[in-house]
Amino acid sequence: MTEVREFGRLMQGNEACAEGALAAGARFFAGYPITPSTEIAEILAEKLPQVGGKFIQMEDEIGGMAAVIGASLAGLKSLTATSGPGFSLKQENIGFAAMAEIPCVIVNVQRGGPSTGVPTAPAQGDVMQARWGTHGDHPVIALAPVSVKETYELTIKAFNFAEKFRVPVILLLDEIIGHMRERVQLPSPSEIEVIDRKKPTVGPDKYYPYQDDGTGVPPMANFGDGYRYHVTGLVHDETGFPSNKPEMVKKVLDRLHNKLAKHAHEIIMVEESNLEDAEIMIFAYGSVARSANRAIRNLREQGVKVGLFRPKTIWPFPGEQLRKHLDNVKTIVVPELNMGQLVGEVERAAAGTVSVIPLNRYDGELITPAEIVAKVREVL
Amino acid sequence: MRNITKEIRLSGSGGQGLILAGIILAEAAIHDGLNTVQTQSYGPEARGGASKAEVIISNGDIDYPKVTRPQVMLAMTQEACDKYVGSLSDDGILIVDSTYVTEIPSTRAKVYALPITRLAIEKVGKTLVANIVALGAVVGLTNIVSREALTDAVLARVPKGTEELNKKALAVGFECAAKAAKQPAGKQVVVAG
Repeated sequence: MTEVREFGRLMQGNEACAEGALAAGARFFAGYPITPSTEIAEILAEKLPQVGGKFIQMEDEIGGMAAVIGASLAGLKSLTATSGPGFSLKQENIGFAAMAEIPCVIVNVQRGGPSTGVPTAPAQGDVMQARWGTHGDHPVIALAPVSVKETYELTIKAFNFAEKFRVPVILLLDEIIGHMRERVQLPSPSEIEVIDRKKPTVGPDKYYPYQDDGTGVPPMANFGDGYRYHVTGLVHDETGFPSNKPEMVKKVLDRLHNKLAKHAHEIIMVEESNLEDAEIMIFAYGSVARSANRAIRNLREQGVKVGLFRPKTIWPFPGEQLRKHLDNVKTIVVPELNMGQLVGEVERAAAGTVSVIPLNRYDGELITPAEIVAKVREVL
Repeated sequence: MRNITKEIRLSGSGGQGLILAGIILAEAAIHDGLNTVQTQSYGPEARGGASKAEVIISNGDIDYPKVTRPQVMLAMTQEACDKYVGSLSDDGILIVDSTYVTEIPSTRAKVYALPITRLAIEKVGKTLVANIVALGAVVGLTNIVSREALTDAVLARVPKGTEELNKKALAVGFECAAKAAKQPAGKQVVVAG
């Protein structure tokens, strides 16, 4: 691998994801390779054993997700990586991880769907699936990086959020971000914040696995450390055993949601640029935000007051952060590589106060800066 | 500082090593202290099908990562040449591998027809290094990166034990470019090999 220290090195998005996972302390990967996520598995198959970690290629994506949950319960930071069809298969176990509060990271490098769709083409068609792919009201965090470097950073964040809040965290790349190579200079290990899950401070005889310690996130004991407890997808009380008492059901679901809601400001990350005087906002995420940036540069040169709102955190949705700009902007243009998904959330946040204009492309090609410029000109 | 951005498209068929060539070109740009983004598109099959690797080299930031109007295009198959030539910049350069590209589509760009794969077989002894011969020819004719940077980048990427082979391939590419550059100026330059 070429490394020229002062200039950085060429790195692929999927490689940055694998390196970010290692830097965050991930020591277990289970999955089933699928384009365009395969490089993540390939790299971790090589590198995890070198740091004392484990890599398992499972029989399918369902098994991969199950193994990740098991490894995390045993104390290892764990991840899987997949794309659309595999993401669909993982949904049941993602719900189990949400309910049983198992920290884990699921990388979905989005490709064209539905079904096996267009394996080698980019899409942003799994945005709503990341939120609601598994059934029931469940807490979830989903992050969408814009560059190779940010893929590295947000992979580390994904692990930190998973560990801190005991939730499954979904990292939503797309084929462009996953396969693109860029010049990057990664931070040195001393600059990286790594969060580990909270361990019990009491012995096994006093340990209640799902007892709120006041933070909303119960300390988590490793299986194999002498703590024996019950883990289930059924609603459970502090002991981990099932309960269907209405007051317990409500209490558990409230806690599962409040543990994220209370920390929303820490979890929700957005980039805002050129919005101070903007009349038009472009709301874009992932690879499309790169086209938006170019479009904004071109439009600004022509004197058009346009700015970018880019959620790095897709879920929870940054509604409050978006609403701050609604007094200034008149129109929000929402380019997406799908038939219109996150635009619905933008409309919900805008609540009719400004016009929200979708711009959709779903032919397997990235939206071009020229298409965004044309749409902005149309709504000016 | 004036923003100078170059777009390069390397096209051919899956299995010709064009994505690796794109990676090497991008790494050479980093050796030269420049910014770069490399992307690719390919079909679901491992061999065959039109494949392209694209590289943007700039002294500034690169946002939109795709190549829209390349200044430099390499075509290693007729299919790729026909498919991608349309977007080539009018003042751009088209380099075709005349081993496979026999009909040069109409373009306002300057065309160099070079027997890249044939040179790889006859002068280096391996079809496999056609992509490296091509890189030598592309850089020899365009100077989009320095020859030193390209040589360093090639040697850092190729498997151990194949360094001499690849150095030779680069030299063959550079030599072919020099021969082409010496030909009388015109819209089409053909090197017989």
